[in-house]
Amino acid sequence: MSKALDAAALRLQFPILNREVNGKPLVYLDHAASSQKPIAVIEAQREYLMHYHANVHRGVHALSQQATDAFENARTVVQQHIGAAESCEVIWTAGATDAINLVAQTWGRDHIGQGDTILLTRMEHHANIVPWQMLADEVGASIEVVEIQDDGTLDTKELQQKLAKGPKLFAFTHVSNTLGTVNDARSLTAQAKAAGAAVLIDGCQAVPHMNVDVQALDCDFYIFSGHKAYGPTGIGVLYGKRALLEAMRPWRGGGEMIDVVSFENGTTYAGLPHKFEAGTPHISGAIALGVALNWINGIGAEAIMDHETMLAAHARKGLSSIEGIRFIGSAASAAGVVSFVVDGTHPYDIGTLLDSQGVAVRTGHHCTQPLMERYDIPGTVRASFGAYNTLQEVDTFVVGTVRSVRMLRD
Amino acid sequence: MSDLLQQRQHDIAEEFEFFEDWMERYEHIIELGKELDPIADGDKLDEHLIRGCQSRVWLLAAKDGDGNVQFRADSDAIITKGLAALMVRVMNGLPPVAIAQADLWFIEKIGLDAHLSPTRANGLRSMVQQMKHYGIAFQVQG
Repeated sequence: MSKALDAAALRLQFPILNREVNGKPLVYLDHAASSQKPIAVIEAQREYLMHYHANVHRGVHALSQQATDAFENARTVVQQHIGAAESCEVIWTAGATDAINLVAQTWGRDHIGQGDTILLTRMEHHANIVPWQMLADEVGASIEVVEIQDDGTLDTKELQQKLAKGPKLFAFTHVSNTLGTVNDARSLTAQAKAAGAAVLIDGCQAVPHMNVDVQALDCDFYIFSGHKAYGPTGIGVLYGKRALLEAMRPWRGGGEMIDVVSFENGTTYAGLPHKFEAGTPHISGAIALGVALNWINGIGAEAIMDHETMLAAHARKGLSSIEGIRFIGSAASAAGVVSFVVDGTHPYDIGTLLDSQGVAVRTGHHCTQPLMERYDIPGTVRASFGAYNTLQEVDTFVVGTVRSVRMLRD
Repeated sequence: MSDLLQQRQHDIAEEFEFFEDWMERYEHIIELGKELDPIADGDKLDEHLIRGCQSRVWLLAAKDGDGNVQFRADSDAIITKGLAALMVRVMNGLPPVAIAQADLWFIEKIGLDAHLSPTRANGLRSMVQQMKHYGIAFQVQG
């Protein structure tokens, strides 16, 4: 057990949490959709724009040097944060969706062909489904899905059966955004590799809450977005093993990603990581993401995870007094997410009434429609917690939910 | 006939003036939703679904003996159904031309447009659009 964090003190670093919504203090429980930003992250972007904005990797002038240094330092922060062997294995992308599309359209096009299979799981969010469906349509491959059990954990028996059929790739989420289930990524990767499949892990919901070590996981690709990890929107990361990235063709063409451009002799490309970073990147976003990851490290990912699971347990306990409530996802190993439906009410209505009480939750399918189909529900109400949420806020949420359900039913 | 449309909107605006906050307004909207006659399951066809709503909303319309339009609406979410009930109350029994040309100022007056989440506001807009489309269609039919 790590040292408990002081959420009340941490909150002071998040200016947005001071505001009111509908005349009530904001209770922000939608961390899994996007986290709020600490002042250090906000200031990092501001500082860059105020004092040293210039294009990176271009000029000899001082500002460009300073911007390039900060931008590349941030890459090193990411490398160390996820335990990558080298910083050139860290590719900046526009986000997690962009990173998955990059892999699908480069590595995917070279390694997945007619008749091949891509293995996914029932709990993937749309960003880890649709790019593979598009690739499968283009090359004549097919998608197979590992189903889940009622508690929201992967059906490991089915995984074995489907791996035995020899898929080219197994792409799965480290942590489910809807269920909170934490997959044993190391074991899943080992099983997939033993079956000869490449492995891509979607770490969007893992990086903000737990320590990630891509070398220990031994995955081929690991992706995550910045904005769910206390960083800005519009920036994300693709990690890939160096040998794989080097063999991959570039995806988007343009400046930054070239070595020599010639009409007569053809164009040659830059080495890693710039080969995959065409055009001017989101410089302030990358720098601020580095600050965000350092901010997480300053508190400790384990302490954050412990705090969030404690809040989730408190919420479940409070909500369980509601008659007809059904929690969706009850894996033993779970992150700080509580997803539920209540008999005789629509998630959308509960979300609307909570909003009127200043409580922000997500309602709907959470971009996991296949998962909603599995449970035969239109969607859920989902409260997801961050380092800055307090027990008092969870109480406000529980009382608000009880009140909402009573209004909707009476 | 548009007098009737004006009168109904005034009534609703007045009704909503009494509420102090949005919880009370929603309480009222929920009541309206519960009072609105449900549509029989057999009539809840996909072709009657309104696009652009996070919850499902069905809207049916028919001309009565006097040539006026009678609406029926339902939703699987009760607040949405309450909003549908408000729309039906304002538009029901009007001639097609009045529906097609209706200026629904009460939505802004009671603060719905400002308060609703963008998805819900879109849903409400789609509902209004669909009612007007019925108005236009029945006009053309004559």
